[in-house]
Amino acid sequence: MNSPLRTRRAEWLVTAPSFLWLALFFAVPAVIVLAFTFHGHDISGGVGEWSLSTWRELVDPDYPTIIWNTIRISVEVTIWSIVLAVPCAYAIARMNSRWRAIVAGSIMLPFWTSFVVRVFAWKTMLHPDGWLQACYNFLSISSEQSTILDSETAVVLVSVYSFLPFAIMPIYTAAEKFDFSLLEAARDLGAKNFYAFRKIFLPGIRQGLVSAVLMVFIPAIGSYVIPQMLGGTNCVLIGNKIFMRAIQNRNIPHASALATVMAVSVLIPIGLSMWWKKRQDMRDRQRLEAQTARLFTAGEGAAK
Amino acid sequence: MKRSMVSVMILAAVLAFLYVPIILVVVYGFVPNGISMSFFGSDGSFLGFTGKWYKYIFTGHQSVRSLLESFWLSLIIAGLSTLASCAIGTTSALALHKWKDRLQSIHHALVYTPLIMPDILIGISLLMLFAACHVNCGFWTILIAHITFCVSYVAMTVLARLQDFDDRITEAAYDLGAGPWYAFFHVELPILLPGIVAGGLLAFTLSIDDVVITSFVNGAGTNTFPTYVSSMTKHSRNLPSVFALSTLMLVFTCVLVGLSKLITSKGQAKLKPKAS
Repeated sequence: MNSPLRTRRAEWLVTAPSFLWLALFFAVPAVIVLAFTFHGHDISGGVGEWSLSTWRELVDPDYPTIIWNTIRISVEVTIWSIVLAVPCAYAIARMNSRWRAIVAGSIMLPFWTSFVVRVFAWKTMLHPDGWLQACYNFLSISSEQSTILDSETAVVLVSVYSFLPFAIMPIYTAAEKFDFSLLEAARDLGAKNFYAFRKIFLPGIRQGLVSAVLMVFIPAIGSYVIPQMLGGTNCVLIGNKIFMRAIQNRNIPHASALATVMAVSVLIPIGLSMWWKKRQDMRDRQRLEAQTARLFTAGEGAAK
Repeated sequence: MKRSMVSVMILAAVLAFLYVPIILVVVYGFVPNGISMSFFGSDGSFLGFTGKWYKYIFTGHQSVRSLLESFWLSLIIAGLSTLASCAIGTTSALALHKWKDRLQSIHHALVYTPLIMPDILIGISLLMLFAACHVNCGFWTILIAHITFCVSYVAMTVLARLQDFDDRITEAAYDLGAGPWYAFFHVELPILLPGIVAGGLLAFTLSIDDVVITSFVNGAGTNTFPTYVSSMTKHSRNLPSVFALSTLMLVFTCVLVGLSKLITSKGQAKLKPKAS
């Protein structure tokens, strides 16, 4: 049936609010940022003439180090989060439904306090005279005493703390659908526990793993508050540099160029994951088709 | 069996890791010395707990005045951006669900991309837009920025709800003589309401918690609760009142969620005998 709403004009009417809003406040600003990167820097804090000088200046020894550090730290944070999230998700998925709801809920509960306040609590805890530093000093083997606060360690630690729930949730959602009797079957066939876990469980939840990686990696690349509060001058990431250039130095072309670099380093893993998913889907379909064909010919053979 | 024991132990450790800062937030709300953030005096004696930070908050003491002001501003911005993003996000989801053409594929890309971009990129690009248009940053720029990043979340939440929506219900309403507006407000909207409420709650939480985007577009002197707290890093005399206020917020949310759980479970209990 053709309802009155399904006309071209109605479509425009319903689409217009969000389309125009996001075009004006998301797409246009993105184009402006990209355009600014092809401008020179004006000493008065504005934007100068069209030129490629900004991109040339990005080779400055300072920037590549910061970009590399940001990517390296984001990868570290992602690995730690996934390594911790997989056993957690596994443990929750094996609980009965009552406990599942309680534990999954309590993983999200910390989000009811402000993010900044939680980072602040960490800053207070990691104070050089605090108890965590004392434990760290006690445990560290090296005679050289270093503070955790204002170091890369603090940034990685608190980033893992902040993003871990985002890693647990998608993996848990995937693990919940996983058929655990497959693991028992593998064990019956002689597989060791860890071997079965690696060969059966991990491939079974791969979709959840991919979304967990993205859920941690993207905010880690864009991290600004955590390095600003806990990294001091020893751990400056792209996010901090963008803020510095945009607000403090008023070097808008440089800030824009760094933002473009950040956008690209986020889009690459997303593109890769999309390509990988497409390939996996195609492989699954091919395998299914091959199996069906084999069964079919086997059936024909048996009939003969 | 051994394997699952190991994973349960890791889970317990992770939960402890997640809760330690929360417990500290509560404990530090009672700290007597706001500068050293310590319960002990310089001679090592225990100074005990104090309720003075809570007293400051409830009496509106001048030392917490700007903190409370920033908190109210956060509530107002979160409330307004929730309402606006619910309206825009719902129409967006309806359009994405009803039509599948070129316009909608561009529309979908516009709605989806903000979700996968780090906050800071939305912040910087809006700052560039406002700077290019010579707009002074303040209340309105913060509100625009918050609506912008909330719209996508609401749209995606409502769209997920629409996936389970049976379009024949709307068709039935049309067959029975309902006009498009009547059908929308009396048939579709009530069914979509839980999705819109869920999206709105998400928008509210994101808005009230946002610090990165706000710190780009707030201009000088306008502070929401998160940007005010992060600016306190340098002069942290009133830190315990921040922790006290956060504890109050935490208790308030817990009570609210507990009540809503109670109400929904009671509602379900009422429904059950009818269904069977």
